[in-house]
Amino acid sequence: MARLQLSDRLMYIAIYTLLTLLAFLTFYPFWNALVISFNKGIDTSMGGVTFWPRSFSLENYEVVFKDKRLLNGFGISVMRTVVGTLFSILATSILAYGLSKRELMGRKYYMVICIITMYFNGGLIPTFLLNRSLGLINTFWVFIIPGLISVWNMIIFRTFFQGLPQGLEESAKIDGCGHWGTFFRIVIPLSGPVIATLSLFTAIYHWNDWFLPSIYISNEKLLPIQTMLKQILSSNIMTEQMSNMDSAAQGQLAKMQSVTSKSLSMATMMVATLPIVMVYPFVQKYFVKGVLVGSLKE
Amino acid sequence: MAQISVKPESDVPIPASKQGNLSRLKRQWDLQLMVVPGIILILIFSYIPMYGVLMAFQDYSIFKGFLHSPWVGFKHFEMFFNSPEFFNVMRNTMVISLLKLCIGFPAPIILALMLNEVRHMFFKRVIQTITYLPHFMSWVIVAGIVMSLLSTDNGSVNILLENLNLVNEPINFLSIPKLFWSILVTTTVWKEIGFGSIVYMAAIAGIDPSMYEAASIDGANKFKQIYLITLPSIMPVVIIFMILAIGNLLNAGFEDILLLGVNPVLREVSDVIETYVYRVGIQNSRYSYATAVGLFKAVISVGLLTMANYLARKSGNSLW
Repeated sequence: MARLQLSDRLMYIAIYTLLTLLAFLTFYPFWNALVISFNKGIDTSMGGVTFWPRSFSLENYEVVFKDKRLLNGFGISVMRTVVGTLFSILATSILAYGLSKRELMGRKYYMVICIITMYFNGGLIPTFLLNRSLGLINTFWVFIIPGLISVWNMIIFRTFFQGLPQGLEESAKIDGCGHWGTFFRIVIPLSGPVIATLSLFTAIYHWNDWFLPSIYISNEKLLPIQTMLKQILSSNIMTEQMSNMDSAAQGQLAKMQSVTSKSLSMATMMVATLPIVMVYPFVQKYFVKGVLVGSLKE
Repeated sequence: MAQISVKPESDVPIPASKQGNLSRLKRQWDLQLMVVPGIILILIFSYIPMYGVLMAFQDYSIFKGFLHSPWVGFKHFEMFFNSPEFFNVMRNTMVISLLKLCIGFPAPIILALMLNEVRHMFFKRVIQTITYLPHFMSWVIVAGIVMSLLSTDNGSVNILLENLNLVNEPINFLSIPKLFWSILVTTTVWKEIGFGSIVYMAAIAGIDPSMYEAASIDGANKFKQIYLITLPSIMPVVIIFMILAIGNLLNAGFEDILLLGVNPVLREVSDVIETYVYRVGIQNSRYSYATAVGLFKAVISVGLLTMANYLARKSGNSLW
């Protein structure tokens, strides 16, 4: 590379400094939360815990993992994410495959029905009243059924299916496969990357969503962890919750007076973030593609 | 006829009457079976609520149901326009979303331009990995982290300010109405800046490198190259996203405001249309009124989008 002009060199210095600063400002808050979650609660409240745990301890996590309600919430989140993603991807891709076939009668009308929903929706209240009259309130299925078809994902699937080589499908047809057989035996195995990308995004949505359960679920046994976390944060009910715990956990707690509501909520937050951090490398591998497909289509 | 159906893409038009739509439908029943259930789900879960919007013109009551509730015209709209909250809600919605637009829109573009100049691939990848991450965190986690950073109970920001001797006592940032907009906008920009830059990075990657070579031979420095080549090249993408952003001008945000504006002291500055709809609709069960407020917002949004697209079409970059 040719020698840089002075103005260019100054610009590079500015860019590298600004980017480093931005990375620090993005990373530090997560790091600090992690540090607090691994620090003795009482020590944290004495102040000054920033970059490194001062008195390392696992007791915050012990309390979290002994709290049956939080564990149950974690389980509900896992179930919702797995079942919701599986069903939604399956239903959406089947619809997309059908709509990708030119010989489908009424294809144009079906597409119009789908696309209108991308621009208009009924809004919060009519949707709420519909789900209530369908008896979905306080059931697990409210997480799954209303969002079964994602039109956005359907269009991405459909574009992908249309780009598949026609020869394979035709030879399957000659071998006696119907549309369903072709879909499951030929098309699905060929669609690995697009299924992976859309599954990841759907799974992240399901894992992160806290609002839907906050209006449809009042039964504590069905609350996912994000919604519980929201309740903990907004009313700081953690202290109250500690006194409501079963006696075994309370005995544990008596031994660990050093746990505070702040250290506990940080530990809970880390537990709720862990799955995202675990899939993040895969997300990174796929999401650039996903974003591009989405943005190019519209 | 069997022969024709083997190649349905045949250019020879088949008179529909001769073929018989019903028998065609029968023959592709398995294909129809793939589509019809999904379409029915969409009709139920998207179209019934759209139809249900009409209850904005009713006095809806759960006991009478949608079909038997009395029609009242624009009563709920008038109630909203005359309500004491109207001014605050509209002001907050406009101010918050304009702030988000003015800061949150250019920020990812600037980040993409900066990342594009980075020559050390490892450094670039580290920065990208870190800045994309917050997008994938739920708002609950992000709000929790912000609350912890800003808390009076030894939050990092207060620790820093105290160490710099700028304050004597920890400040309870999230209970000061004056600071709420800044905190909110900073947080949303912080969360989305990295992810928002991906699209612009892709647009920049599509620029022909020979243009830069020509420019540098002509003696243009880096800054000039960015200003005269990179920016104009990504302009079409920028304008499309600008149109979308203008169409979203009344979406000031929802989850972020609900979670960061928990403190009731903040209501005066944190109430926006959507949180208002949520509060009066879900929490106070004033269904028709809340639907009317939501419909008011939707109508203005469509108007804004149409207007923005008209302007964009004049400049030659239209969305549709």
